[in-house]
Parts: sequence; C-alpha cells; structure tokens
Amino acid sequence: MPAATRTRWAVIGATSVALVATGCGSSGSGGGSSDAGKSFSYQSSEPQNPLQPANANEVGGGRISQNLFKGLADYDPSNGKLRMQMADKIDTTDSQTFNVTLKSGWTFHDGTPVKAKNFVDAWNWGATTANNQINSSWFADIQGYSDVHPKSGAATKTTMSGLTVVDDTHFTIKLTNRVSYFPYKLGYVAFSPLPDGFFADPTGYGQKPVGNGPYQFVSWEHNSQIVTKAFANYQGVDKPKNGGVVFKMYTTAEAAYADLQSNNLDVMDQVPPSALANYKNDLGDRAIDAPQGSIQNIGFTLYQADWAGANKAKVRQGLSMAIDRDTITKTVLQGSRKPASAWVAEGVEGYKADACGDSCKFDATKAKQLITDGGGVPNNKLTITYNADGGHKEWVDAVCNSIRQATGVDCVGDPKTDFKTARAAITGHTINGAFRTGWQQDYPLNANFLADVYRTGAASNDFGYSSPQFDQLANTADQADSVQASVTGYQSAEAVLAQDFPAIPLWYYRTNSGYSTKVQNVKFDSFGNPAWTDVEVKG
Amino acid sequence: MGSYVLRRVLQMIPVFFGATLLIFLMVYTLPGDPIAAMFGDKAADPATVANLRHKFYLDQPLWKQYLHYMGNVLTLDFGTSFTGRPVSEIMADAFPVTIRLALVAFFFEIVIGLTLGLLSGLKRGSFADTLVLVLTLVVISIPVFVLGYIAQTIFAIDLGWVTATVQDSKDITQLILPGLVLASLSLAYVARLTRTSIGENLRADYIRTATAKGLPRRTIIGRHLLRNSLIPVVTFLGTDLGALMGGAIVTEGIFNIAGVGNILYRAINQKEGPTVVGVVTVLVLVYLVASLVVDLLYAVLDPRIRYA
Repeated sequence: MPAATRTRWAVIGATSVALVATGCGSSGSGGGSSDAGKSFSYQSSEPQNPLQPANANEVGGGRISQNLFKGLADYDPSNGKLRMQMADKIDTTDSQTFNVTLKSGWTFHDGTPVKAKNFVDAWNWGATTANNQINSSWFADIQGYSDVHPKSGAATKTTMSGLTVVDDTHFTIKLTNRVSYFPYKLGYVAFSPLPDGFFADPTGYGQKPVGNGPYQFVSWEHNSQIVTKAFANYQGVDKPKNGGVVFKMYTTAEAAYADLQSNNLDVMDQVPPSALANYKNDLGDRAIDAPQGSIQNIGFTLYQADWAGANKAKVRQGLSMAIDRDTITKTVLQGSRKPASAWVAEGVEGYKADACGDSCKFDATKAKQLITDGGGVPNNKLTITYNADGGHKEWVDAVCNSIRQATGVDCVGDPKTDFKTARAAITGHTINGAFRTGWQQDYPLNANFLADVYRTGAASNDFGYSSPQFDQLANTADQADSVQASVTGYQSAEAVLAQDFPAIPLWYYRTNSGYSTKVQNVKFDSFGNPAWTDVEVKG
Repeated sequence: MGSYVLRRVLQMIPVFFGATLLIFLMVYTLPGDPIAAMFGDKAADPATVANLRHKFYLDQPLWKQYLHYMGNVLTLDFGTSFTGRPVSEIMADAFPVTIRLALVAFFFEIVIGLTLGLLSGLKRGSFADTLVLVLTLVVISIPVFVLGYIAQTIFAIDLGWVTATVQDSKDITQLILPGLVLASLSLAYVARLTRTSIGENLRADYIRTATAKGLPRRTIIGRHLLRNSLIPVVTFLGTDLGALMGGAIVTEGIFNIAGVGNILYRAINQKEGPTVVGVVTVLVLVYLVASLVVDLLYAVLDPRIRYA
C-alpha cells in the first residue's frame, strides 16, 4: 500500500474510533452545559481475568464489572451508606434469613427481564469450586456453601440450600450463622445477577459480558480500551448523566497523567508519585484530594515466640508511639496519606476516631519506656518486610528512621522483589518480626476492617492473632439485631486491639487525582472510584 | 549459497530450543505463586488455587511443564493467558503494533543516520561534522526514558503538537514521535559508524583510481564509496531491528502503545508464563531471521563475499 493511501486509511480509522468514543453524539457547543450523550474516558488497566462478576477482584476488571452490573444494593458515593438498587427491600427478623423483594422493570442489556432466579443461579455458579471464581468465598455465609465449595476436593452439589426462589420477584437467603450486616456485603459486585445466556458459555461471555448495570458493553480492544455506553433502559437510582465510559488501558500512571494534562484522558485513578508534589498546581481546581476507605498497617508475627508474650503488646505500642506519622505523611508521602488513629479507616460506617488512643501519637520518651517495660524488642532489632514494587521503600525507611531515633531500636526494611514474593513470605510464615500490610474496604462498614482481619483464623489474619475476647465480641456483634447494634459491637471489639496491638495503624490512603477540562462534576467515593454516572461531559 | 542458507536455517533449531528452555526455566522458577497473587491482599482460597494451578498445568514438575508446553508450541498452540485469551491471539494483536513502531524507528535510523553520517564523513573537520559529533554524543549519553519524557513534555504537554500518548497505533503519524525516541540511540550509532567507515574508504586506493579515471562524483560516492562503506552499517542495522522489537518496552510504556513491550512488561509482572515465553520465543526468531538477512546482504553489497 503506498504511503499516501495508508495515511488516509489511518485518518479514517482514527475518526471512527473518535465517533464511537463520543457515543456518536451530535455536538452542541455551549460553555458549562453538559451533553448527556457524550462519553468520557477513564484510566484503566487490562483486566486480569475474564469479565465475570465473581471473578473480578483486581481493579482492572473490578471497576468495569461494577459499571456493567448492578446487584441488589450498592453504596451511595456521597456518604458510603448502603443504598437499595435492584432490591425493593431486604427484610429479616432474625439476622439469619433474609427475604429479598426485587423491583420490577429491570432488564439485562439484551432486553430479558431480571428475575429472582438470575440472582440465585449466578450466586450458585459463582460459589461452586469447579468454576474457579476468585471471589467465591464471598458466598461463604450462605447455608450450603460447604456443599458447593468444600475445603478440599470436588463439590458434591451445584446449588446452595440457603437460596430459595419464591417467585420472579422474591427469593430468600438463609445464612449458616447470624450476620446482621449481611446486606452490606450484597453491594459487592460478586453478588450481581447473570442472564440465562451466561451459563451456556461462561468463557465467551467473559469476553463480551451482558449485564444489567448503568453501562452496557460495546467493545473490548485488548490492552487498548473497553468501550461502554449508557444503557437506555437502566432502572437504578443512579441514571447516567453521560453517554458512556471508555476505559483506556495504561501500563503506567505517568502516561495516563501526561494524557490527562493534554486532555486526551478525562478522569484518572491516582496521579503517579512523581506528580504528587505539583499536581495541584498543574490542574488547579480540577485536582482531587479525597479520603479513601483504606489503611496501611505494620503487622507483627505474633505466631513467633519472640512476639507471643503478653507483655510484648507494650513493645508494639511503644514502637507505634515511636513513629512520627505527621511528619512522614507530610514529607515522605507528600500529603497523600492521613495519619491513622484507629484500625478502621476514616469515613467508614462505625469509624471511631482515636480508638488507638495515645499509642498512635508520637512520643519518644513514652515509646522508649513502653519498650523497656515490655522486655524490649528481640535482639534490639526490628525488620519490616515489604514488597519493593509498590513504592513502599521510602516510607518504610522513614518509619525505621523514626523508630531508630526515638528509641534506639535498630530497624531495617526487608524488601522482597514484588508483591507475590512478599505475600508468599508472609503467608508462608518465613519472615521475622514485622511486615507491611494494608486493607482496602470491601464494603464501608467497620466489621470489614475488623472481623476479616483480626478474628482467629480469618482469611486475612496474617499475624496469627488470636484473642478469645475479640472473637467473642465480634460474634456478639454479628448476632445483633440491627446493623447499628452490630457497628457498636465491633467498636468494642476494636477496643481489644488497642490492648493487644497485633498491628500498628499508620495512615489512611487518599485519592489524589484529577480530571480534564472536558468534564465536570467529578467526585470520588471512598473506594477510590469516581461517581461514574454523575460525571458530566461538557457540551 | 543454497546450502549456506540451509545450514543457517538448521542452526536456528537448537538456538530456538535452547532459548525457549532458558526463558521457560527463568520464568517458571521465579519465586512467588502467580495464582495465589491473583487474590491480592486477600488470602487465597485453597480449593480454587488448586483448581487453577491444575488448569494452567502448574501442578506438574517443571520438566513435564516444559515438555507439555513445547508439545503444544509445535502444533502452534502457545497456551492460554490468565485472561482466558489464547497467547497466539495476544501476540497477533501486539506484534503488528510493535512492527509498525520498529519500522518507523528503522526508517528514521536509516534516513537520518545515514544522511548525517555521509554528511560528516565527507566533510571531516567541518562545522557540520563537529555538530553531528556533538549531537550524537548527547543522544548517546541520555537514557531513552529521559529522552522520551522530555519529548513528551515539550511536544505534547507544552506545545500541544501531538497527543501525549499514542491514541491509535494504526495511525503512522502518531508513531513519529515515539519512533524518533526509539530510534534516537541507534540513529546516533549509525551516523557515527557511517562517518568512520566513509572516512576510511575515502582514502582507499579504489576511490583514488575512480577519481583519477575521471568518474563523476555522484558515481564515485554512490556506487563505490557508499556501497563499500555500508557493510558494517548493515551489520549493525540488521541486529538492531531485533533490538528495536524487543527493546521497545521503555518507549511503549512512556507513550502507552499496546505493543510487545507492553504485553511483556505486564506478563512478567503477573508471572504469566505462557505469554512471556511465547513473546520472547518469537523475538528470538526475529533476531535469527534478521541476522540471516544481514549475512545474505553482504553478498549483495560485496560480490567478493560468497557463501560457497
């Protein structure tokens, strides 16, 4: 093909892509006003798994699934509270059996109505071992989960006894135990309904999903972009104010930021560390600095004899007091984090400021005293294991410096090549002393930060922490009759952590992001996601 | 000639197996379990992990995995990535993009590199010569990623002449800037190599003879000087085409091009064995073919070189 022809083809190609990207909307210009037909682009990364709701637990696939699907409920982006979507109501009298009533009029993107059986079938499929869904443990509360997903070996059944379809708009969920806040979990994308067409070809469906969410799937150019458009018949409370979202894949945040600055990308996740210092200057009032429901901790290997003693809690409290959180978050982390004062992140339902008390306040004298009282750090040396690929080196070094200067304890970082290696070392119990750990909310409720991390044998309890008192308070909280009572119950459980100190709360993450001049009304929720449907594209 | 080509092609077979084995061993013996890592900060569910490991053949001893993999590759089945896409499909998407980028870079390398080299070689000691020497030295001493970010900041963010990243890799005009950045280092080498080679040959007897015969200057430079001076340059260009294909990781990252470099970077991060081994295997083949072509080109440039 001669060069000239080639260029012309290329131009045509580029134009058609641009047309799809803008939802083919006719452009009516006018400053400040918005055009609900126009799409905006968002920084994303290539999903790691096929797009199946129960298989998306990393951000790349997660945020796309969230927009293509809508479950019984979700979380209001403005305050993090549970908000009903497909469910008209979720009733319970005993916190164990939940009666779900669906709203009518909802359809999948292919036009078929969403019925109660679409939920039950999807959940059963997602929970069954043979289907290899990464999020299958989300269904573990439901009665009969162990039949479809035994601890080892193949499943004996493919349906959970706890799920019963009553009619097209009613079904019941029976749990193995009482969990008062179970509806909060239902906002997670794994609990989305699936159309009947899914079960015939789950793999093919994972490349071309049909959901019931605010946006419908248009195309997936692998490693390049996923195009979605607003679903006209969407019945949810968050009707899109834009024409769709184009998820552009970026390997580096630097490239995305460069595109954002030159208006080729509309909204991004998080500015790269290199831009933290000046992104507010670069973007002016288009810069975003919002709280997130995530916390960074330093955990301890309580399963080791060195750290097991009852007195050692004092040592851990002392180490916590030796960390100058204010200075480190301001200097090393350039204001991208906020010092923590509890084990639950700020803004989460049930967050109680200062649950950590004085132990989270910098005080070198008391720190030294506590460490001596507790019998000192073993060999007077602390190692903090972390993954070197996540930008943690700087703050780990700063924390160590702070500890060294305040207490004289020798502290060093122990970098592992990458996240996988660090995780393997932590879960394999081959590390010594302390390690970086963190928690990002699955749902904005304090139980998620406490039960899932600190309960004896909890899946993410990497510390080997086991406190009968904590477990008992957590159980009581689960049995409570209302979410509110359960929240208070978990606050008492959190108080136990202040005594035992299995982990040092360091700081809460923040969303440091921004948007292009082409969009407005961009707000981020505590998951670090924009309120997708609220974004307005300027006309 | 024929037997020479045959011998070279046969040589590729052990190189191919050796290279794949080495890459396979390196990727698959890296620490960390890629399946467990799919669960992120959450503890992995043992039943699902066991299932997935089985599905991706990771529960077998390494030598069995290799035999299984090679067995499939011989039937052109490069396996499946974690996303459930066949690796051959992923490569079919990525290679054309990188080939386009590499060709754009290659084009600049030849046109600009040779022109500069010719210019400074013919007029040694002139101002132009000094300028070329200084410029190429500057380019050689700056790492590619620095050059890339500078170019991006100046031309895209400050001046707004181009988009900061490549929006559509099928649009050759968008590949000009990344192509130039990718070509910059090799371009400088080509210029310097050409300059030296021309400088040497200018003093050669056959040039003096040609001049004495009264041949026009065009013919002397075009047919005699350039042709003989190009042998070392062609050697470099040939191997460099392979390097451009594989070495685009940095450039593709800066300009967000969905090519081989990007795929490879992501696959290595996720320890996605089949993709890494597949891509690198193809890159090895590109290298082998490129060096074969170079060797064959010698005969064209200098008829005295014969592969009997």
